[in-house]
Amino acid sequence: MVFEYAPAPESTKVVNLKTNYELFIDGKFVKSKNGSTYKTINPATEEVLAEIVEASSEDIDYAVNSARKAFKSWSKLTGAERGKYLYRIARLIQERSRELAVLESMNNGKPIRESRDIDIPLVAAHFFHYAGWADKLDYVGLGKNPQPLGVAGQIIPWNFPLLMLSWKIAPALAAGNTVVLKPAETTPLTALLFAEICQQAELPDGVVNIVTGAGETGRFLVEHPEIDKVAFTGSTEVGRLIAQAVAGTDKKVTLELGGKAANIVFDDAAIDQAVEGVINGIFFNQGHVCCAGSRLLLQESISDEFLNLLYERMKTLRLGDPLDKNTDIGAINSAAQLAKIHTLTQAGKSEGAQMWSAPCEIPEKGFWFAPTVFTNVTLSHQIAREEIFGPVLSVLTFRTPDEAIEKANNTPFGLSAGIWTEKGSRILEVAHRLRAGVIWANTFNKFDPTSPFGGYKESGYGREGGRQGLEAYLKASK
Amino acid sequence: MSNIDVKRTAKLFIGGAFPRSESGRTYEIFDNNQSFLANVALASRKDARDAVVAARSAFSKWSEATAYNRAQVLYRVSELMQGRREQFVEELNLCSKSNKHAENEVDEAINLMVWFAGWADKIAMVTGSSNPVAGPFFDFSIPEPTGVVAAIAPDKSPLLGLVETIASIVVSGNSVVVIASETQPLPAISLAEVLATSDVPGGVVNILTGSYKEIAPWLASHQDVNAIDLSGVESKAIALELEKEAAINLKRVLRPNTKIDGLARIKTFLETKTVWHPRGF
Amino acid sequence: MLKDDPLVLPSFLRDTTNSDSALKKFLNGLSGVDTVGVEERVAKLGTRSIKTTAKAEGIDLAIRMIDLTTLEGMDTKGKVKSLCAKAKRPDPLDSTVPSVAAVCVYSDLVGIAKENLIGTNIKVAAVATGFPSGRISLAAKLQDTADAVSQGADEIDMVIDRGAFHEGRFLDIYDQIQSIKRACQAAHLKVILETGELKTYDNVKKASWIAMLAGADFIKTSTGKVQPAATLPVTLVMLQAIRDFEIATHRRIGMKPAGGIKTTKDAMKYLVLIKETLGDNWMNPNMFRFGASSLLNDLLMQRQKMKNGAYSGSDYVTVD
Repeated sequence: MVFEYAPAPESTKVVNLKTNYELFIDGKFVKSKNGSTYKTINPATEEVLAEIVEASSEDIDYAVNSARKAFKSWSKLTGAERGKYLYRIARLIQERSRELAVLESMNNGKPIRESRDIDIPLVAAHFFHYAGWADKLDYVGLGKNPQPLGVAGQIIPWNFPLLMLSWKIAPALAAGNTVVLKPAETTPLTALLFAEICQQAELPDGVVNIVTGAGETGRFLVEHPEIDKVAFTGSTEVGRLIAQAVAGTDKKVTLELGGKAANIVFDDAAIDQAVEGVINGIFFNQGHVCCAGSRLLLQESISDEFLNLLYERMKTLRLGDPLDKNTDIGAINSAAQLAKIHTLTQAGKSEGAQMWSAPCEIPEKGFWFAPTVFTNVTLSHQIAREEIFGPVLSVLTFRTPDEAIEKANNTPFGLSAGIWTEKGSRILEVAHRLRAGVIWANTFNKFDPTSPFGGYKESGYGREGGRQGLEAYLKASK
Repeated sequence: MSNIDVKRTAKLFIGGAFPRSESGRTYEIFDNNQSFLANVALASRKDARDAVVAARSAFSKWSEATAYNRAQVLYRVSELMQGRREQFVEELNLCSKSNKHAENEVDEAINLMVWFAGWADKIAMVTGSSNPVAGPFFDFSIPEPTGVVAAIAPDKSPLLGLVETIASIVVSGNSVVVIASETQPLPAISLAEVLATSDVPGGVVNILTGSYKEIAPWLASHQDVNAIDLSGVESKAIALELEKEAAINLKRVLRPNTKIDGLARIKTFLETKTVWHPRGF
Repeated sequence: MLKDDPLVLPSFLRDTTNSDSALKKFLNGLSGVDTVGVEERVAKLGTRSIKTTAKAEGIDLAIRMIDLTTLEGMDTKGKVKSLCAKAKRPDPLDSTVPSVAAVCVYSDLVGIAKENLIGTNIKVAAVATGFPSGRISLAAKLQDTADAVSQGADEIDMVIDRGAFHEGRFLDIYDQIQSIKRACQAAHLKVILETGELKTYDNVKKASWIAMLAGADFIKTSTGKVQPAATLPVTLVMLQAIRDFEIATHRRIGMKPAGGIKTTKDAMKYLVLIKETLGDNWMNPNMFRFGASSLLNDLLMQRQKMKNGAYSGSDYVTVD
């Protein structure tokens, strides 16, 4: 081999890990009242990073009450003053971006290239964007002087830990709400570092509270009577439970749930960029993306040619140490997720689909799954219907645009979709007929604080991002 | 010579047709003086199911119609309502507090239909956006109808409440299965006749009469219904059960007693679709 | 017998050059190139971190791939002579530094270059065909080429007629390249597309195909006289055309970005681009060249830094 890339690991010296972390409530790190603890690990090495609290219902009670207390003064601050706190946070995130990126990759397993170039810059951008909204709420579209809802209980997933935190906290605070946020069980560390950032920003006590824990902790939060708003990103299964739990209450809800996006490639597509888009669509963040383009819908007339290019491209994907700057595919976030991917791919094989994996060397320790493609997939296969949430692509073919749209829409999900064609009118027609909340045409997996994101059907409801994202945290003035 | 009135059979309105309940059931309704008024079709769960099928098949065409077209169709409904003003007043009078009250409700209902009709081609302007993303992309968000919406119209406002429910749902391109006022279904049946003779495509509006306690749970749990409007439900206990049922496929839910004005109501049954496209030569 | 003759195409491609309309139809049938997508891909590859052993290997490889170039109106025999000395031994203080691939000069200076490179494997490349604009008659272009070949040029860098391209006279360009190719005899032909004047990636892709169909051994981005000269995205589009051509014909065409590549960092990005687009078969001077002059000194300074551990300075490399 010529010109083999030497290891280029990002230094972890920038991160100062504590051996154990407490809860962040009322502006301070506090001991849990009676919660137990668990260990959070680096999924690429299985090394323990720190000990984390599993917050109890008493802890949640304390956090929600602190948020309730803080709401009184926070919601009375002028928008301009709230905005200045958010601008401070945005700047602190930029200042500490390398530290946040490294810690994110350590705790999540995602490649440093992504945490450094995508996640953390977007986090700062979200705070910056919503900071500017805080004193312009009259223009959100709810009439003059719209009011915050109160205390928001927010539960975020492990795939984009800090980015999802920013999607939740930035608009909530801009609108004048206070929050209790629970990071995912396996990825609490950047949220706890964010708590430090809130302290450095001198954010008033209780405006942001970070409580760690698993599903049970989340349930305490959702069911707490003093919560006015629930914002959840995660599985459709849990989303359903939340929708049931808040039934009959006045709690407002936004849910960002699962997806099984179709990435539709027409025969006239810019083929190399389409290949790249399919790669980015399913292998970005190890496929741990709710809007991942997990179903490739390929026009039959180009399927062989396209797949050959795709396989060749996949052979160049570099799987390994998430902290290596040249890594494209990092670690699967947890043993449980890896087991789920194995179960579903096993189902794919036994249902008769053909499996091909890129020839990657799999590290001995940690959780890994090589980029994989299934061909000969039909819509009735489990791998074409269920969200795998891993680097696994299912390939289906179509003959006509109508058939492509029909197959793309044939799912209970409706989060995102991709279209690849050089014909403008076709893009607009297909985009129009796809039942999904985000349509990427000749691109994929793009995110921006100004751009509303969220799903149709069982992919949830409400939008995050942009003006529309603020509406979820406001009500019209009485 | 005396002339004997020809009485109308009170039937359901499904897919543009007026079937009896497939169950063959009816229920009696009475006026303010407890005098018998009519035997009204008592819709069954199968009628509800048929209505959802009709609504689903009507959805694609109605949502594809131009906004201008939907505006004209709804305006046409108000024209025909105006033509039947006396009939609506008479029907409301049977159970109404006063003639004035009935007249007001009809006039308001007609005006509200005109108001909603005018929204059809403005919703996207007001709720959509062009999003200045940080990159070489054209990015825009547009509202789209949610799909098939089930609704329980308020019992106490048999025409005005019904019109608000229907118009706010269908103006953006949704289709609706609505359960009319149980105690005062006659205006709903007349409205169905208006809809059938205006240019509303069959299946866009489906009106069921009967017991919402019986039918609504089937609609709330129906997997091919995308949203449910519970704002007309009076019983908290039933609303709670319906909202729980609605979680089965993550229906969008408009909760009971939600104070919500016209555009906010329309927005409840909308999705936001965001489209990205690169800019380059 | 004609199997390896680059002028003979496989039958399914031969028809595409039968007529102007057939060629146009073929070129218009190539899949488009999305500007933002290409640039994104290149930006992502630009984040590859080339360190230690990879960097050392990359620097030497890049040196071996250089067409050390002087193309100025004031070029003299003396200038060419010193350039040849540098080509042979880029770093006078370090004999482990490899020689460059070729010296590239105007056609009238080929003889001087040849003389000064006797006994080495360093090739002499001549720009010909009315370089850089190409705005002379075909007869003059053929004469220009024949002159260079007769003086011993190993490689001819020709320019295409960009005016003809924008007029849509693709077959004329094809015919001209074929004629020049014949005039090259044994010399290798590099076809300069002058991508800075083609403006769009779609055009770059079409022009790449015209050149490859007509028998180019290499396709080359630029003369260096027009801005922008070589860019990473343009190079990626050309590399992908080369890959497609190989899939269609089993023939491997070389690639030469030229102009504007000045730093080691730039060069490493190009190496990354070839490695991850075409693979190891192109990672050698037979298949890839850098058309550059100042790049060499930066590579040498980086090489010295890697060896000595201290940053070098411009006084420690020769200015020739």
